[in-house]
Amino acid sequence: MIKKGTSRERNEFMWGWAFVLPTMIGLIVLNIIPIFQTIYQSFFKTGDFGKGNIFIGLDNYAKLMGDAEVWQSVINTFKYAIVEVPFSIAIALVLAVLLNRKMMGVSAYRTIFFLPMVAAPAAIAMVWRWLFNSEFGLLNHIFGTSINWISDPRIAVFAIAVIGIWSIIGYNMVLFLAGLQEIPRDYYEAASIDGATGISQFFNITVPLLSPTIFFVTITRVIGGMQVFDLIFMVMDKNNPALYKTQSIVYLFYQNSFVENNKGYGSTIVVLLIAIIMVITIFQMIAQKKWVYYN
Amino acid sequence: MERKAKMMQALIHVILILVSITMLVPFLWMILTAFKSMGEATSVNPFVIFPSVWRTEGFTTVINNMDFFNLYLNTLLLIAGRVLAAVLTATLAGYAFGRLEFTGKNIMFSLILFQMMVPGQIFIIPQYLMVSKMGMLNTIFALVFPGLVTAFGTFLLRQAYMGLPRDLEEAARLDGCNIGQTFLFIMAPLTRSSMVALGIFTAVFAYKDLMWPLICNRDVMPLSAALAKMQGQYTNNYPQLMAASLLACIPMIVLYLVFQKQFIEGIATSGGKL
Repeated sequence: MIKKGTSRERNEFMWGWAFVLPTMIGLIVLNIIPIFQTIYQSFFKTGDFGKGNIFIGLDNYAKLMGDAEVWQSVINTFKYAIVEVPFSIAIALVLAVLLNRKMMGVSAYRTIFFLPMVAAPAAIAMVWRWLFNSEFGLLNHIFGTSINWISDPRIAVFAIAVIGIWSIIGYNMVLFLAGLQEIPRDYYEAASIDGATGISQFFNITVPLLSPTIFFVTITRVIGGMQVFDLIFMVMDKNNPALYKTQSIVYLFYQNSFVENNKGYGSTIVVLLIAIIMVITIFQMIAQKKWVYYN
Repeated sequence: MERKAKMMQALIHVILILVSITMLVPFLWMILTAFKSMGEATSVNPFVIFPSVWRTEGFTTVINNMDFFNLYLNTLLLIAGRVLAAVLTATLAGYAFGRLEFTGKNIMFSLILFQMMVPGQIFIIPQYLMVSKMGMLNTIFALVFPGLVTAFGTFLLRQAYMGLPRDLEEAARLDGCNIGQTFLFIMAPLTRSSMVALGIFTAVFAYKDLMWPLICNRDVMPLSAALAKMQGQYTNNYPQLMAASLLACIPMIVLYLVFQKQFIEGIATSGGKL
């Protein structure tokens, strides 16, 4: 018996390693080593024409600390996320609750709301840019306004957040719908008999019982919002007067690393981004104890 | 009570229809603008909603100037490459992590989880330098490269394998199947729905990826990067920009409308486990 056990163990060991090997080699080469390389790179200055790395110790970090453009980009990213995340979650939650019933047209609505998820962000950004156009845009025409949605530095970042909300509502909604399926119908029936209205059912049954899903969506949306790039890159021209007040952290990472070719400083910006995301995520993990209910 | 319920139902429909309009207007405006002349698109007084004649010049111009055939082909190859690589490697590794016991399993699986928690931008510069050193910039390989393996997909498939009953495997082994045969003939076919979910998820995000193609490929571009480049060139020709956007979106939207159930479930089940 013992001999058989060991041969089976050896067998599983061989097969196990053979099966995970492609993934592990890829993971180490593509992801694990690059993490250390990026951190390492952040202590270097990339020479002109990308030639040679000059070790400069913490100089990039010192520069980062005093770099007003970077800190402005941190503020811009926060502004974007503070608008995009709560609104996209709240709207998606309400829509999911409205769709979570037997009713005509449910699947048609779901299909429509999810549509932006399968469109190229570059195309979405272009059409919104056109909708936002101050002279010929549909929005100013409908509202009878002449707002410079994307070139007024005070509002441009929020206009971009509107695109972000529009793009992601359907995705959040589908995740909520999956979560809602898990809540037993009896809870609502019992509440109805007790005379609870739809709105009080929403806050007293739906929100608490769905809180693990809400928490999960919040965590992933905050991380996604902090990494906003596509929309800003596509909507904001290089000569847009609002660029300084809208460019995000990842946008600056892209600019520094691949346009100005200072990969050392680009790496430093990534390290900053990761530090910020880590801190926010840890805070959320601590805060969840106060509002997330697990059965 | 009956009346009140009906009113409620009607109110819900009104809300949902208003939201639907909001979701559809940008797409409709994309279509309408694409068929307009420049004059109609930029006419303010009167404001033109429908084109007087449905012109196709915008489409013919962008198809000729941007070589759309190649853009579709590059996008298709990018998607096919990443989907095949992701599903294949994740299925193998997912089975091992979910079903086999071997030394080193836990430490390797914690690397998988670790990768999933790290924001993706940290990989980009080294990945770019690797592709550059290989002399592979501006190739389809470069587009596929970062998606050759998937920590997230491995996790997804591991969950799928863990949900399968033990006895199946035992029965197969008693019948004389070795681990490879058990995996290939018994277990892997049972996780088909998770493979499809991972495949759709990978395809949609490969299609939407913008930064990586912008960085590594200036000539062999997929649709997303080509649109970005085009916007830089024809900043204000909105009929043409909208025609190109529409052409870029149509294939994925058609696939989505045909396979909507699989798309929504695939992305939701994958996204829900992310």
